[in-house]
This record gives sequence, structure tokens and C-alpha cells, in this order.
Amino acid sequence: MIVTHGLTKSFGSFLAVDGVDLDVREGDRYGFLGPNGSGKTTVIRMLLGLVYATSGEIEILGERMPARAARVLPQVGALIEGPSAYPHLSGRANLRLIDASGPGGRRTRAARIGAALDQVGLGGIDGRAVGKYSLGMRQRLGLAAALLRKPRLLILDEPANGLDPRGIRELRDLLAGLSAAGTTIFLSSHQLNEVEQLCSRVGVVDRGKLVLQDDLARLQAPTGRVLVRSPEPDRVAAALDGQVRNRDGDALLVDAADAAALNARLVGAGIPVTEIGAERRSLEDLVLSLTTASADRVDRVPRAEPPGPGTASDTGPGPGTKQEEAAHDQG
Amino acid sequence: MIRVELVKLARRPRNWVSLALLCGLPVLVAVFVVVTHVVPPPGQGPTLLSDVLSSGNLYPAAALAIVLPVFLPIAVAVVGGDAIAGEASSGMLRYLLARPVSRARLLTAKLVALVAYVLTAVVLVALTAYLTGIALFGAAPVSAPTGGGTLAAPSPVASAATSLSGTALTPAELVLRVAGAVAFIAVSMLGVGAIALFLSTVTNSPLAAALGALAALITSQVLVTLNSADAVAPYLPTRYWLAWIDFFREPILWRNIDRGLAVQAVYVVVFLGAAWAYFATKDITS
Repeated sequence: MIVTHGLTKSFGSFLAVDGVDLDVREGDRYGFLGPNGSGKTTVIRMLLGLVYATSGEIEILGERMPARAARVLPQVGALIEGPSAYPHLSGRANLRLIDASGPGGRRTRAARIGAALDQVGLGGIDGRAVGKYSLGMRQRLGLAAALLRKPRLLILDEPANGLDPRGIRELRDLLAGLSAAGTTIFLSSHQLNEVEQLCSRVGVVDRGKLVLQDDLARLQAPTGRVLVRSPEPDRVAAALDGQVRNRDGDALLVDAADAAALNARLVGAGIPVTEIGAERRSLEDLVLSLTTASADRVDRVPRAEPPGPGTASDTGPGPGTKQEEAAHDQG
Repeated sequence: MIRVELVKLARRPRNWVSLALLCGLPVLVAVFVVVTHVVPPPGQGPTLLSDVLSSGNLYPAAALAIVLPVFLPIAVAVVGGDAIAGEASSGMLRYLLARPVSRARLLTAKLVALVAYVLTAVVLVALTAYLTGIALFGAAPVSAPTGGGTLAAPSPVASAATSLSGTALTPAELVLRVAGAVAFIAVSMLGVGAIALFLSTVTNSPLAAALGALAALITSQVLVTLNSADAVAPYLPTRYWLAWIDFFREPILWRNIDRGLAVQAVYVVVFLGAAWAYFATKDITS
């Protein structure tokens, strides 16, 4: 669906995207992750032909981009860096204008707009100008615009922005439904929870480079350790001497391949178990271990104080340096 | 896409306000003239104004002379400057291009919408001024001065009311000449429009684009009046703006009208070419 080879973009001397090889397959629910300023949006804009790549190739739906944009983009729905609309017009009027701007039939327009508005939960919208919409309503309207053409591929940049928990739940159900109906979904998000629940595959970018691209199920395969909670943790530790890796209150992390066998063993020994399950890496841990500090974080550069007479200078590295080093170590 | 742009133009309340202001100014002037019966002496003040007391039929021409130097170019610069930069600042540009609308088509549609706006503005001003003129000054027959006036100098025209040197114009002839003047003024605005459109592709701020176009315009107007800049005067966009007056001479003086059209054509070609070249290769990051 989306294949890029060595996709690179530099703005002047700043290398925003550096040799990214995306591979999004048909039917994927692809989560595109990375800190702010890591180049996610630039990649999305290049996919849609808004920003021209410095080098590298893009293929979407089997066709070259941006050369074949006129054939590819009508089959792609996009939400790019938040929704936009003409504030003095109503939601329907906005959708009519955006629909009429591109290729496609006029006869089915009203019906398609109605269907898209129903899908995003704005079916009963009145003639109010978009300027008076709430943030969540605008987000829904932006989604409706992306869905207008029943696209084969949805490219969504932060689709959950401005939605409340119930709205996010609705969005997830909507996207899952579209995915079940065969739509490929490529979404960028900071809501790792959401990505974890929705996506089948993730790609992580950091400072312009794609540092990971894999199936979520494989990334979250059991680690070979089991998390056990018991009201009598001391007995657990005694019974499993040498296998306990970590202990935090009543929770123990145990080396064991099979949670069921471990459970049987503990219960057989008469130790009560309140909770047991294979340990899996959370997406959050994974992403944080792979990425460095966000580009929107600007730490104070430590100023070297001139050593006073007779006092030793104990100026250590500032918090910024520490943070970066820590991030590097983890990665 | 062109239809979409025209719909957008028509559904923008701001555009109607600007048209109302454009039409309102000549009406305001007419009311003052009628109430006080004081007009500028021939050769001073707005062109042709001294003649309207004798016939309201001439008021459309006077009205165009009133809005031409400042009001009309400002309106054109604002609409032209808003064309691409307005879409960029509202965030709609990325959605239009991803829809997809090809960049060349978007630019063309914006240009057509701009031309439609200019034509609407000029025709509306002429129409409201005609009605105002008939209502306030009456509809006496109009006479035109004989030809041979100096380049675009308003003074010979201003003596039209004396009618000794002029031949009377039939209403049909007058309508034709006003139509000619309207068309010429509309074309005269295209140079500014093209500059505004070009700047609109360069910046994401509609205000900056409009002000940039106005700055170019004011520069041109200053240089036109500067004797030491005579060498470049024939190439300035505002140099032949007043040549529409030649439509009201007998016979019509085509020389400056033709030159005016040629200069505008050059500006339109150059700046639209630049706009297209810049826009087609631009990274859209708005």
C-alpha cells in the first residue's frame, strides 16, 4: 500500500527525514510513532505530495508519487496536522466545497456527505458555521472529509486530538470497522494506548530515521517472565528461590516460560495467587527506549561558572545532557 | 475547480462588503456635489466630476475615476493576496492539494475568480453610478471633446461640458464608451492582481501579500509623477491607468489605450509565470 525507499528530506542544512523505508501492507492498521519533531509529519506530507522529497522513492497503491498523484490521491483519505475548514461556512458547505474541488460525481455528493457525517457522529449537524464548532466537532468534521470518498487508504495524523475518552472510543470502533471492511489505515499518534489497541503493525521514527518497523504482536511477545501477585509474597519468593527477578510489594517478576504451570505449582504449594500473567513489553516502554528527547523540549544549556578563588568547581552536566545520555544508553 | 472558487468568492461576506464600499464612495461624492453644487474646477479633483452637473449620464465615468486610484487597487490587492496565502493560513491549502487539485488548476481557478471579482466590482460601480447620476443629476445628452488632447491629461476632457468643441454622443455611443472604459479599467487591475497572486504563493500571510502588491503599486505611482524617472515610466503598471479617459474623446484615442493593455499583458504574463513556477515546486508546510 505504502512503500518508500530511502525517503529523505532536508530543509536547508536540517535533515528532517533520513532514508526512511516504510512498508505498509494492504489491510494493515499501521501505527506511525515517534517524538514531536522526529519527522513524522514531513513523511506524511511527502506521501501526499505536499512536500517534495530530496531523494528517495514513494509508491502508494502501486503507483509512483507524487508523479501519479491525480490517480492515487482520490483513493486516499487524509487528516493532516489537524482539521481545517472555512470558518464562515457550515460543516456541510465545507464538505461540499472540498468534495467539488476534486474529481468525482456531483449526483451522489449529498448522499456521500450525509453518510460521512453519520459515520463520524455528526449526522444531525445544523447550518452552524464551523467557526463556532468545538475542537472535537472540528476533528470529527476533518475525519468526515477524509472518509468522503470511501478511500482504500486512510492517512491520519493524530486523529484522536481534541476528542474526549468517549470520542476516542468511537473513533477506535469506527477505524476498526473500516479496517474490517478492507481499508488500510496509516495513523500517527502520541496516544500509545490507542495504537496498542488498534494497530497491527508499528513503525517508530526518531530524528528522521525509521528505527523500528514490525508487527505489534511480535514486539509484544511474552518476555519469558511471569508477573505474579500474591498476598503472601514472602512464601512465593521462598518457593521460587532463584527464579524471582524483581520484587515490588506484593508483585513479583518470575523467570518462567509458562504462566499456567507456575500457577499450578504455587497453588499446589498452598500459596494464594491473586493475579498471574505473562509479562509483555508495553508499547510505551518500547517507544521510549527507542527514541530520544522530543524536539519540543528545550533544556537550559548549563553555563560553566568561573571557578571562584579557592573553591573547587563542581559543575556537573546539566539536566539536558543527563537526559540525553540516559536516552542514548537505553537505545 | 473554477466553480468552487467562484462559490467561495461569492460566499465570503467580506467580498460583498468591499463591493458595497466601492459602490458607496461615488454615491457619497454625488450626494455632496448635488447638495452643495460645488465641483472642483475643470482639471482639478476627480476627473470628469465637473461635468456631471450637466449630465448624470457621465457619472459612471466620473465614479470610475473616483475609485480607480486607491479604492479599487486596494480591493484587488486584498482579494489577490488572499488567493493562495488565505488558503495556506486557514490550513485548507493542504487539504485542497491532497484532494487532489493540481497546483496549476488551483492557481488558474484563483486567477479566474480574481478576474470575476474585478469585473463585478467595476461593472457594479458603473451601474450604481449610472443610477445615481440619473437620479441626482438628470439625463441630459452628453457631448465629447474633439480629439488631440495631451496624453491622459484630464483637462481637455474636463471641458466637455462646454460642448463647443465637442460632438453630442448618442446614448448608445455613450453606453459603448462606458463599456470600453469599464473593460480597460478591469484589465488595468490585472497587473496588480497578478503581482498580488504571485506574492500570495510566496508568503503564507494574506496581509503581507496584499501589502506587498500595494507597495509595488505606490512605487509605480510615485515614479510615474517623477520627471527624472521618465525613462522607466512607459513600463510602469500604473502609467496608462488614466488612458480610459480617451474613450470619451472624439474620435477615441487608441494609442495609450493600446499601450496600457500591452503593459498590463506583460505584467500578467511575467507575474503569473513566476507564481506558477514558484507554486509548482513549493513545499507546502502550512
